Amino acid sequence: MLTYFIQRLVYVVPVSLGVSVFCFLLVHIAPGDPLTAVMPIDATAEQQAAMRAAYGFDKPLPVQFLVWLGNALTGDLGNSIATGRPVAGEVMRAVGNTLILAFAASLIGFSLGILFGFVAGYFKDTPVDRAVTALSITGVSVPNYWLGIVLVVIFSVTLGWLPSTGAGPGGSSAWKWDVEHLRFIILPAVTLSVVPMGIVARTVRALVGDILSQDFVTALAAKGMGRAGILRHVMRNVAPTTLSVVGLQLGYLLGGSILIETVFNWPGTGFLLSNAIFQRDLPLLQGTILVLALFFVFVNLLVDLVQPLVDPRIKRG
Amino acid sequence: MIWKFLRGAALAALPAAAIAAAPVDAFAAGTLRIGMTASDIPLTTGQTDQGGEGMRFMGYTVYDALVNWDLSSADKPSVLAPGLAVEWGADEADQTKWTFKLREGVTFHDGSAFNAEAVVWNLDKLLKEDSEQYDPRQAAQGKSRIPAVASYKAVDDLTLEIVTREPDATLPYQLAWIMISSPANWEEQGKDWEKVASSPSGTGPWKLESFVPRERAELVPNPDYWDETRVPKLDRLVLLPLPEPNARSAALMSGQVDWIEAPAPDLVPALEGNGFQIVSNTLPHNWTWHLSRMEGSPWNDVNVRKAANLAIDRESLKQLLGGLMVPAKGFLPPSSQWFGEPEFDVRYDPEEARKLLAESGYGPDNRLKVKALISPSGSGQMLPLPMNEFIQQNLAEVGIDVEFEVVEWNTMINIWRAGAGSESALGTQSINFSYFIQDPFTGLIRHLSCDLIAPNGTNWGHYCDPEMDALFKEIRTTFDPEAQDEVLRRTHEKYVNDALFLMVTHDVAPRALSPKVKGFVQAQNWFQDFSPITIEE
Repeated sequence: MLTYFIQRLVYVVPVSLGVSVFCFLLVHIAPGDPLTAVMPIDATAEQQAAMRAAYGFDKPLPVQFLVWLGNALTGDLGNSIATGRPVAGEVMRAVGNTLILAFAASLIGFSLGILFGFVAGYFKDTPVDRAVTALSITGVSVPNYWLGIVLVVIFSVTLGWLPSTGAGPGGSSAWKWDVEHLRFIILPAVTLSVVPMGIVARTVRALVGDILSQDFVTALAAKGMGRAGILRHVMRNVAPTTLSVVGLQLGYLLGGSILIETVFNWPGTGFLLSNAIFQRDLPLLQGTILVLALFFVFVNLLVDLVQPLVDPRIKRG
Repeated sequence: MIWKFLRGAALAALPAAAIAAAPVDAFAAGTLRIGMTASDIPLTTGQTDQGGEGMRFMGYTVYDALVNWDLSSADKPSVLAPGLAVEWGADEADQTKWTFKLREGVTFHDGSAFNAEAVVWNLDKLLKEDSEQYDPRQAAQGKSRIPAVASYKAVDDLTLEIVTREPDATLPYQLAWIMISSPANWEEQGKDWEKVASSPSGTGPWKLESFVPRERAELVPNPDYWDETRVPKLDRLVLLPLPEPNARSAALMSGQVDWIEAPAPDLVPALEGNGFQIVSNTLPHNWTWHLSRMEGSPWNDVNVRKAANLAIDRESLKQLLGGLMVPAKGFLPPSSQWFGEPEFDVRYDPEEARKLLAESGYGPDNRLKVKALISPSGSGQMLPLPMNEFIQQNLAEVGIDVEFEVVEWNTMINIWRAGAGSESALGTQSINFSYFIQDPFTGLIRHLSCDLIAPNGTNWGHYCDPEMDALFKEIRTTFDPEAQDEVLRRTHEKYVNDALFLMVTHDVAPRALSPKVKGFVQAQNWFQDFSPITIEE
């Protein structure tokens, strides 16, 4: 187990390095000049050159990359060009806000997804199954930013029940888990939860249906085990695969959604990314992508490590 | 399609619900919440970023310049007014030497006194790289605004002397950009601009109380403001960056904000019909095709330039934009104090356009082909794609075939800086660029001055005419403001008479306000005054 853990941990290194090279190149291939964000557009060529040198953009790309990587390894992701604030601080604040949103969305999405999946799988090929399946397919298929806009039109603009933008009174730094603030998270969280809910529901439905038709279930029933007991067995068998799907979805949620955070002006990583893209704020863009990619890598690592604990059949090491 | 439907559905339901709905944020009466188009709170330390919007919300609110813009009238073009300086003038014997008499008894928000030393300190902050308070971020914004300044010193507590590189009568306009922040506050914050950013101190009518980067800033009135008539009437001003136009409109309609900048044009009629106020006014902005005057460019022919200007049906274009534009009659807006009386009447006259083209040998059998650079979006560009397609259609009708090169906005800025002669311009003969044209330099000089030919300056088209250069020189050396206005009028007349640009339209800076917002006067300026505004429940 320990060898496996170390092995998986070591794998993280080349993956992270690949991710950082890739995101650095991607950001630099894109057209546009980061200096437009910080200088009046009619600044003289001389002033632009001075600024370019001050930010190190006059050096060859490989040199820029190595400098950036060296700093990143010490936790210094540089300063945002547009705001001058340290990227690490900006990203961490945004990650905090995205975590809040991701937590709320996973609470809704995973619990409903598992519930719906179980019900549909248990009552397979009945009207209940079809209704639940239709619901989950809709969840997966509807573009969620569109759903977000529809929810805003209904609940904010027309009914005036819920706010449509922001992270509550006083901004995200004053966030509390109270009613006044939770009202702000309902619409974005519901919108964000729809896709994972659909995916989890479909996975669980297929697993439950499959497991219920296996011989050991018939054997359990023949031995006289009650419905609740059988369901407990089914649940344990469904858990490992569900966990990996949930882990993957959690990774997506933690990455923040550019579209949803933009629609709701939620100050998370997606919102930060879209601002960084529009302002050509390269250090901020690189830093944010790197942190998000690493998140993904680590959530997957975590899932891989937890899986054998849930399912003894998966032996590692 | 879906969008249209949704908007329709939403707006149909508006009168019943949205307006009656209670505001979502619980705030005291007298709080004005504004949704800005910027994606971040503008730099708070003095010299703002985020262009005109930054100066509007974080510059002229928290700070003053030596020379301010007069923002009190909606009807008259905005002119300069005394700010932290009460009077100024150039020495008659040596016109490079300016004396500024400063306002007495002004204090910064931190209580420290404003004086000539403070101005010197602020100029050092932008220009003197080895000074302790030099701030690269503010310098990046401010340095290019005051190219005339060579040196400066405090003569006494309330007298400042500025020496310019050469005689330059546009200095007061340049100084209207420079925001004066408190030296004492910088000392108090440990000489750290990052710390100053969260508790800045200026002399302006508003004090920054708090801000969360990228989310909100809260300003409260400065009851001790030196101009008693401009002490804010509101209790609080809240600024929220809402860069996404639909999110901005939704926030207004759901009562989360009371005011939004730049509502989407297709939403404007519906908003208006549902009780929201749409405020707009002429703005010193223009939307043109900046023409290449390189060798071989068809725009070197004055007949072609005039014909193109006569081919544009600006009234129909205005309908396309929901009425939110001022049709161009020249390079500057028709209401500008520098418009003058040009002989060439910029109007829609396709017959005359065809005649002019025929004079130059173009006709149905010999259509003129031009290549134009446009962008699909961009700051100040209004709705570039439909507008340019409209122009393409108009020009085709008189015999000019336009081929577009479409490039992304940031790429276009780079091409604009590089100039028409650069390879990156892809052989195009015009660039669709919108301009901030508030003062003599940004309005006229920078576009056509011989010594500013790109990439050294912002004369994209490589235009150079000794007659025009002589006018620019005259602007710079005419120190009597009225006489200077007269030179500016003559300069603009030449702009129009020679049809030096394809002059299309001026933006009107629309903003949508809740019916509760009273007392706002939209000046013909990029900056605005929030002091007279009140909120009525």
